[in-house]
Amino acid sequence: MADIQTPMLDELEKGPWPSFVKEFKKMVDKKPMIRDFLGQLEKSYRDKLSYWKHGGIVGVMGYGGGVIGRYSSLAEEYPAVAHFHTMRINHPAGWFYTSAALRTLCDIWDKHGSGITNMHGSTGDIVFLGTRTENLEPCFADLTEAGFDLGGSGSDMRTPSCCCGQARCEWACYDTMEACYDITQTFQDELHRPAFPYKYKFKFAGCPNDCVASVARSDMSVIGTWKDDIRQDDAEVKNYVAGGLDIVNDVVMLCPTRCMQYKNDTLTIENENCVRCMHCINVMPKALRPGKERGATILLGAKAPIVEGAMLAAVLVPFMKMEPPFTELKELTEKIWEFWDEHGKNRERVGELYLRTGFGNFLEAIEVAPVPQMILHPRENPYVFYEEYFEED
Amino acid sequence: MAEQATKKAKTDIGPPYFQKYLPPIIKDNYGKWKYHEYPKPGVLLHVSESSAKLWSVRCAGPRLMSIETIRMLADLADKYCDGYLRWTSRNNIEFLVTDGSKVDPLIKDIEAAGFPVGGTGRTISNIVHTQGWIHCHSSATDASGIVKSVMDELFPYFKGDKKLPAKTKIALACCLNMCGAVHCSDISILGIHRRPPKVDNANVAKICEIPTLIASCPTAAIRPTTVDGKKSVEIEEDDCMFCANCYTVCPATTLNSAVNDGVSIWVGGKVSNARSEPRFSKLAVSYLPNNPPRWPEVVAAVKKIVEVYAAGGRPYERIGEWIDRIGWPKFFDLTGFEFTKYHIDDFKLAQKTLRTSMHFRR
Repeated sequence: MADIQTPMLDELEKGPWPSFVKEFKKMVDKKPMIRDFLGQLEKSYRDKLSYWKHGGIVGVMGYGGGVIGRYSSLAEEYPAVAHFHTMRINHPAGWFYTSAALRTLCDIWDKHGSGITNMHGSTGDIVFLGTRTENLEPCFADLTEAGFDLGGSGSDMRTPSCCCGQARCEWACYDTMEACYDITQTFQDELHRPAFPYKYKFKFAGCPNDCVASVARSDMSVIGTWKDDIRQDDAEVKNYVAGGLDIVNDVVMLCPTRCMQYKNDTLTIENENCVRCMHCINVMPKALRPGKERGATILLGAKAPIVEGAMLAAVLVPFMKMEPPFTELKELTEKIWEFWDEHGKNRERVGELYLRTGFGNFLEAIEVAPVPQMILHPRENPYVFYEEYFEED
Repeated sequence: MAEQATKKAKTDIGPPYFQKYLPPIIKDNYGKWKYHEYPKPGVLLHVSESSAKLWSVRCAGPRLMSIETIRMLADLADKYCDGYLRWTSRNNIEFLVTDGSKVDPLIKDIEAAGFPVGGTGRTISNIVHTQGWIHCHSSATDASGIVKSVMDELFPYFKGDKKLPAKTKIALACCLNMCGAVHCSDISILGIHRRPPKVDNANVAKICEIPTLIASCPTAAIRPTTVDGKKSVEIEEDDCMFCANCYTVCPATTLNSAVNDGVSIWVGGKVSNARSEPRFSKLAVSYLPNNPPRWPEVVAAVKKIVEVYAAGGRPYERIGEWIDRIGWPKFFDLTGFEFTKYHIDDFKLAQKTLRTSMHFRR
C-alpha cells in the first residue's frame, strides 16, 4: 500500500472478530479497484460521510432488476472505483453450497469484478460488490452458464429466502426450501422485471421460531405451524427432569397460555389452549415435538419504516396446507398482486395499502373471508363505514 | 449493427436447485430429523429418526468477504466434510460434518484462520447489518466498522464464555430505510440523520420529478417553490422527521451531514413467537455521535445493555421480556441512559404507547 494510507481502517484489523478490512486487503494486490476503494473508505472514516453517488440505472439486457448502479462522487481522486456496481445473485434455498459451487462463483467474480462479496445481502442474495458497467453482461453470461441467475431489486418480487427447514431441523412444519424454490421459479418474470408499485418480499420459516425473521421482514410471511396435539414422549420428559431441568419454572411457568401442568411427575398439556409458541418444544426437543397435521400460517404486510412506519405482518390465512405445487399460495399471491397493481400508490407496500383501504375491504377484494384469528380483538372504535342502508318509504 | 451474430442470452433460469448442494446425510434424512443438542459452543448436533448424526460447526463470518476467504472456506469444507457447508441467516458459516471425530480438528483449523466458532444457543450470534459507507449513498453511519467494534467487545458472549439468559440478536441498519429491517431485534443500532434535506435548487427540476418528491414526504413538509426562476421545493423544517424518504426518490435533497449524522440504539424486539409475541424494538438512546474508527460511545451503550441484562434476566427471558418484568423506569435506572422527550412517540398511533393505567413501578 504505497500510495494510499489507511490508518483509521487499519485499527479495524485488530481484535478477535473477523475483520472486513482484512478482506479488502486480501484483494488489494490483485485488484487495482480495491486500492482506490480503501482510499475512498478511509476518507469516509475521516470525514464521516459516504462518497457514493445516488443510484444510476444499469443492468443486463432483458432484466430491470438484479444490478444496483453505484458510482463514486470522488471519481477523479479514486478513478478505479468510478463505477462500483453491485450484482445480486439468487442464492440456493437455505444457503447450502458445495465447495465446487463456491469456487465457480469465486472464479466468475475474480474474472469480472472486485473479488469482494457479501455472504449474504439482507434479503438473502449472494452479493457481488463492485464492478464496471462493461463487465455486467459478460459476468451475467458466465453466471447463467454456471446455472446461477440474478436476484431482485427495485419494485419487483425480491429474491425469496427461507430457513434450512426440513433439510436440518426437526421443527420445520413444511418444506421451506422446496416452497422457496418453487415460488422463485414460478414468479421469475415478477422477480426480474419490476412492475409493482414497490418491492414485495417472501420469506419462508418452518416454525414459529421464525429464524428468517419473516414476520418482520417480508410482505408475505409463510410460517410453519400445526393443527393437532404436540407429540409428547413421557420417558424423555422424565429424563430432562432427572437431568436437572427446572420444568416448572423454565417450561410450565413460561407457557403464554398456562396450558401446561406438571403434577405427580407428569406433564400434561391442554392442547386446545396451546398457541404453538414453541417455547416448551425449544427447551425439551427430545420430549416434545410439533404435531403431525402440519402446514403454515400466511401473514401479510411486514416492512421497515419507509414510508408510513414499520409494520409486522398480520395473519391473513391461519392455516394453509403447504404441499407442492403450492397452488393455494400462488393463487392467493396473484389475487393480492392484482389488487395492489390496481390500487397501490407509487412506493406503497402491500401493508400500507391494506391499512389505507381497511383490512376488511382488502380481504373482500382478495376474496378471503374474515376470521377472528386475524385480529387481537374486535374494533373498539364505533365509527363504522357501514355500506348499506334501507330507504324509508 | 446486427451483422454480428449474438448468442441469445440465457435468462429466467432462477437459482440452482438446492438438492444438488445437499450432503448425502441430509438427502437421506430430509424431513426426518428427530432432535438436536448443543454439545459445545458453536456446535449443533442433529439426530434423525434413524439415529444418523450431523454436526454443524458454526463460525462467524464478516458479512463482507473476499473470494480468497471463500476459497479458503471451501478448502476447509473439502478437508473435513466432503465440501458441504452453508451460511445462516445471520452471516455465519456452518460446516456440515458427519464424522464426529473431525469436529475438534476442524474448529482448530477455522479458528487458526481467524474465524471464531460460537454463536449457538444462549449467546450473541453474528450481527445482521447493511452496507454503510462501504457501498451506500444514504447511510448515516458505517455498518461494518461498528459491527466489528461491537463484536470485538462482546466476543466472550459469542464464544459462550460469558453467559446470557437467552439468545440475543443484534442488528444494525445505517439509515431508516433499514435494508436489514433491524426493527425487531434484541438490540438494534440505527444510523440516523438529524438535519433536514439540503435542497440543490439548481438541479432539483433537472434530476427529480417534483410531484413525486412532494408526495414522498410522510408529513407533507415538502412544498413547491421557485428559486431564481427555477422550479424547486422548500422544506418546512419543523415538520421534518429525517426519514430521508425524499432523498430516496430525489438525489437533490440530501440529508447526509458529517456533523449531524449519528446512531440511535433500540432494545427489546424479537421475531420468534416463543413465550411472547414478536414485537418491535424500542428507543433506548436517541443519539450517539459517529466516532470512527471504533465508535466507543456506541460500543459502550450496547455493552451496558448486555451487561445489565446478563446480570438481571431470568433463564430464557429475552431482553424485551426482561424489561416487561422489571419495567422501563428500571431499565433506564440500570443502564443510566437519559430518558428524554424523544423517547415518547409522536407519530401515528402514539397514543397507544402512553400509559393509561396505574400499573407502573416507581
